[in-house]
Amino acid sequence: MEKTKKKGPGVKYLKPCIKGYVLPSVMTPVLIIFEVALEVIIPLLMAALVDGGLYREETYQLKGILSRLPYTNNLQFILWVGGLMAIASMLSLLCGAFAARTSAVASMGFAKNLRMKIFDKILNFSFRNTDKFRTSSLVMRATTDVNNMQNTYQQIIRIMVRAPIMMVLAAIMAFRIDVSLSFIFVAAIPLILVPILLLVLIGHKRFRRMLKKYDAMNAAVQENLIGARVVKSFVREPYKTEKFNRSADDLMKTQIYAQKLFSLSNPIQLGIMWGATIVMLLLGGRRIAVPDATLRIGELTAMIQYSTQVITSLTMVSMIAIMLSMSRASLDRINEVFEEKIDIDSPESDLTVETGEIEFDHVNFSYSDNPDVLNLKDVNLHILPGQTVGVIGGTGEGKSTLVQMIPRLYDVLSGSIRVSGHDVREYGLKELRDSVSMVLQKNMLFSGSIRNNMRWGNPNASDEQIEAACRLACADEFVRAFPDGYDTDLGQGGCNVSGGQKQRLCIARALLKQPKILILDDSTSAVDTATEAKIREGLSKLKNMTKIVIAQRITSIMNADQIVVMERGTISDVGTHAELMQRSTIYREVYESQVREEANA
Amino acid sequence: MPPGSSLNSKMGGKRAEKPLQTLLRLFRYYKNCTGLLIIAVLSIILYSAATTATYYMMDPLVAVLEDGVNADMAKYIALLIAMAALYAIAAITNYLLNRLMLSCSARVLCAVRKEMFDKMQSLPIAFFDGHTHGELMSYYTNDTDAIRELLHHSITQMLISVTSLIAYIGMMFYLSIPLFLIVIVMGLVIFYVVRAVGGRSRKNFVKQQRVVATVNGYIEEMMEGQKVVKVFNHEDAAKRGFKQHNDELCRIATNANTYANIMGPLMNNISHIFYAITCTVGVLLAAPVPGQDFLLAGTWFETHQEFLVQGGVLVAFLQLIRQFANRISQISQQFNSILLALAGAERIFALIDMPAEVDEGTVTLVRVEERDGKLFETDRRTGRWAWKRGNELIPLRGEVDFKDVDFSYDGKKQVLTDVTLYAHPGQKIAFVGSTGAGKTTITNLINRFYDIADGTITYDGIPVREIKKRALRSSLGMVLQDTHLFSGTVMENIRYGRLDATDEECIEAAKIANADFFITHLPDGYQTELVADGANLSQGQRQLLAIARAAVSDPPVLILDEATSSIDTRTEKHIEKGMDALMKGRTVFVIAHRLSTVRNSDCIMVLENGRIIERGSHEELLKERGKYYELCTGTSELS
Repeated sequence: MEKTKKKGPGVKYLKPCIKGYVLPSVMTPVLIIFEVALEVIIPLLMAALVDGGLYREETYQLKGILSRLPYTNNLQFILWVGGLMAIASMLSLLCGAFAARTSAVASMGFAKNLRMKIFDKILNFSFRNTDKFRTSSLVMRATTDVNNMQNTYQQIIRIMVRAPIMMVLAAIMAFRIDVSLSFIFVAAIPLILVPILLLVLIGHKRFRRMLKKYDAMNAAVQENLIGARVVKSFVREPYKTEKFNRSADDLMKTQIYAQKLFSLSNPIQLGIMWGATIVMLLLGGRRIAVPDATLRIGELTAMIQYSTQVITSLTMVSMIAIMLSMSRASLDRINEVFEEKIDIDSPESDLTVETGEIEFDHVNFSYSDNPDVLNLKDVNLHILPGQTVGVIGGTGEGKSTLVQMIPRLYDVLSGSIRVSGHDVREYGLKELRDSVSMVLQKNMLFSGSIRNNMRWGNPNASDEQIEAACRLACADEFVRAFPDGYDTDLGQGGCNVSGGQKQRLCIARALLKQPKILILDDSTSAVDTATEAKIREGLSKLKNMTKIVIAQRITSIMNADQIVVMERGTISDVGTHAELMQRSTIYREVYESQVREEANA
Repeated sequence: MPPGSSLNSKMGGKRAEKPLQTLLRLFRYYKNCTGLLIIAVLSIILYSAATTATYYMMDPLVAVLEDGVNADMAKYIALLIAMAALYAIAAITNYLLNRLMLSCSARVLCAVRKEMFDKMQSLPIAFFDGHTHGELMSYYTNDTDAIRELLHHSITQMLISVTSLIAYIGMMFYLSIPLFLIVIVMGLVIFYVVRAVGGRSRKNFVKQQRVVATVNGYIEEMMEGQKVVKVFNHEDAAKRGFKQHNDELCRIATNANTYANIMGPLMNNISHIFYAITCTVGVLLAAPVPGQDFLLAGTWFETHQEFLVQGGVLVAFLQLIRQFANRISQISQQFNSILLALAGAERIFALIDMPAEVDEGTVTLVRVEERDGKLFETDRRTGRWAWKRGNELIPLRGEVDFKDVDFSYDGKKQVLTDVTLYAHPGQKIAFVGSTGAGKTTITNLINRFYDIADGTITYDGIPVREIKKRALRSSLGMVLQDTHLFSGTVMENIRYGRLDATDEECIEAAKIANADFFITHLPDGYQTELVADGANLSQGQRQLLAIARAAVSDPPVLILDEATSSIDTRTEKHIEKGMDALMKGRTVFVIAHRLSTVRNSDCIMVLENGRIIERGSHEELLKERGKYYELCTGTSELS
């Protein structure tokens, strides 16, 4: 098939997915070969029946075999040959039905393995890997593209076998009957292939243009949906409608332009097939209606049937070739996933994290791995075990980036981060991430009960432990207020609780891990200040846990042991509240923009 | 070729509920190309007739050849020429029908799209709030794709198959009644097989769609939450969960696929079996060939020779019976896809049938000028506006008045209760309260995204219900938390506020909004192309553009709904100037999370559970020591 020839990974990653389904994958083509072979015999038997039975010719097709049948008169001969035809078609039916089953087992199993493999791979992706693809695109690859590959696989083991075999066997049969007549459809083959090839080549370009218009139109619709409120409040409906109508008209024109070519493909194919039939009837007829005829009526009829079979199979093959080339896009997208090198891997290591000490040592970092576009520049910071550290700064100044490198969600570009005296890259990933608990800014709960979600933190947590963690995160109270308490179902993405409640549950979940280091990335923004103060107070009792708190609200971090002020990817200043109020303009500005009026109050 | 048509969409797998009605309604869209359609249908009929005739031609051809050495070859060639002519007609009509059906279907599709979009534009905001973007997009992708497939392939194929089938049946009946009886039996067998297999296939298919949705949902959830999965070392558990769903999918998909696959070989080989039977019976029933003994001598057929079969008839019949089976199998396969596609059409029609946003208002907004202390309507751009009620002109001032307003989104849960408020022209009114307290709802009522259940809202003394929605909304400016820029240049995005604004006016507005500075530093200044939703700008810059957009529309009333809440406090400081300039001289409704934004309002309303529980200026409210005081001092929660 076309795709194995091309360079690149080809089907390297797909091959192992056949594992466990080799037998049905092999059985399918074998069964189909039998099915086609039995099917192809039928016109030959028909010819024998017509010539031998109806016209009682001296010679007829398959005479060598059929004459050995135990018949005594013509009636029995007819019944024997007719019976053979019926048996052949029933056997063919059996083979075909079995092939339907085996091909389903093979292709669905193949898809299952492939899906699992992709899921495995993308779960192991680091965030840099994921960022590169975007989540939606990865989901698409694991669903739609796998689906396309599954269909393609089935086409390969079924139709890709069936059509060429049919073509070859039908051609063999035709040549068996009459060589010179068979050359007529041999001559027709290039006549069909060339125009189809041309149509595909020209059509491809036009189709891409159509798809582009199509995408553009959909993008316009999407934009309109997202901005529905804006469109309505500025009363821009007519304007947008007019714009849409233009792109819809545009699409219609390109669609007709692209597809009108293919209106030709059918007539061309049929025309040539019919032309071949006429020529065959003309030349064949002349050889029947002569003394010492070299051809018989039944044979001519069979010839016409075989030429039809050859030509339709040929068109089928070319159509499948087109379809396969289109599934290349999906193959490429899947290969991209497999080819992606996972840039964070876990070293073999028995090291355990002893304390919550953290040290940033000349850390440089870039999301794009480009030393010229640094997202963190020369960061140095030393955090002692049990300390509380506040991080403050505007959006996009590098706060989240800073903390995400501690549990190795991203790796440094240069420099190093040490936890408990060892570079984070020396720990096994599991050990490191078990010791560093992080409540993310864009946090997420999963469908399932609250209790199940909590157990993400610790699969073996007892109900008491869960409740204790929730109490610490000030979540216990509202959870109990739910009719189902801890068994309340959260819905996909935790949509059944409010923002503030979600944040508190996420903190509780993180606490259940009993980590050495707890990182809260702006994770109390929707919680009221009083509750937040309570959570803060609870956390301060966990003396051995190092706490890093990123916050917008300055009151959240005012009392921290150290406060880090981030600006444009560098640490602009570090100190206590009092120190920073004295020397950091940024800090003072932030403080004043938030606290003044509250102080006034 | 058709994007997305092979996808297992979540919406798919459902069959149309009223297929016939939907189909008829779809046909109504052909009215703009009736001429083309008639020619196309004529082509289809001609095509079917011509192809059927070519199969018939085998009868006289074989009859000539049967004479052996005495065959009339001149007649044979004449027959071949006639046959070639029929083939030529078939090829030409085939091209015509494909080409014309393409033109028709493309036009119909385009008309459906336009009508759908136009309809969507007229739907109330409640519709957009009630559906995800994915759901709405699938109208334009999956559902229209389904219709395209239907119009372009399925319907054409179906028409060809049905007309051909009728022609074949007529021809076969004409050729030989005994052989035709076999065909009837075959038709019945195929019918029952299709029904049995098709029914099972459908059931399994529906099951499969359900599992596919579960698996896709699982993948989505795990990918969306990938960071959390990692942070909690949850990869293995996630894989175990996935394996379970995946195995289930494999099991069910294998069954569904088996039934789908089996249809082809089944139909194909059943037709072979009947081909064998017809062939045998046909030979048995053959008319006596001169010089040979008659097989059926002594039977009923000897006296009823009109039921015997000529050699040529048999050859022609054998071709027809194969074609007959092919067509039936095509129809049975098309049938399901037509029903699926009609389900897409049904969804689109349901959308088109939705009640549009009603606008019973009559009061419009007109430009006015003042002469001798009296207002006159004018076409000139005077910068002054008035409401026109009947012949009465009421100057546009920006006074908004709520009286005892009750509101509920769903008719069950009361969202606003007894809200009464009064905004003088030029005043700044702020709303404070938790998520769900009803702040945004109030603004949704002013611009009539939703209509109130009870009470009255008046604008410059006119009940908002009486004002045409367009007029009402163009007198209100909105800056929302999510800015929603559109693809296009910066200038176009600003001009979105008022389409007839000149470049100078747009730049002036950008200056007011404090956005001019950063815009002029963009690579192409005001002509910089923004990608979708302005992703190449920072949050703050986008917000400034939104403010500029509101400024260029120059409305007397401005609604700022969390306009600065996704911006950090320092960036907000920079925007503040622009905001202040924009608010000058307008009635402003501010909704804010951050209390610093609302301090200098003329009146602050504290909302809780849909009621105004406190109102007054910042100082007054602080003195009251109520909820607002608690919020300011941080002892209470806003979520």
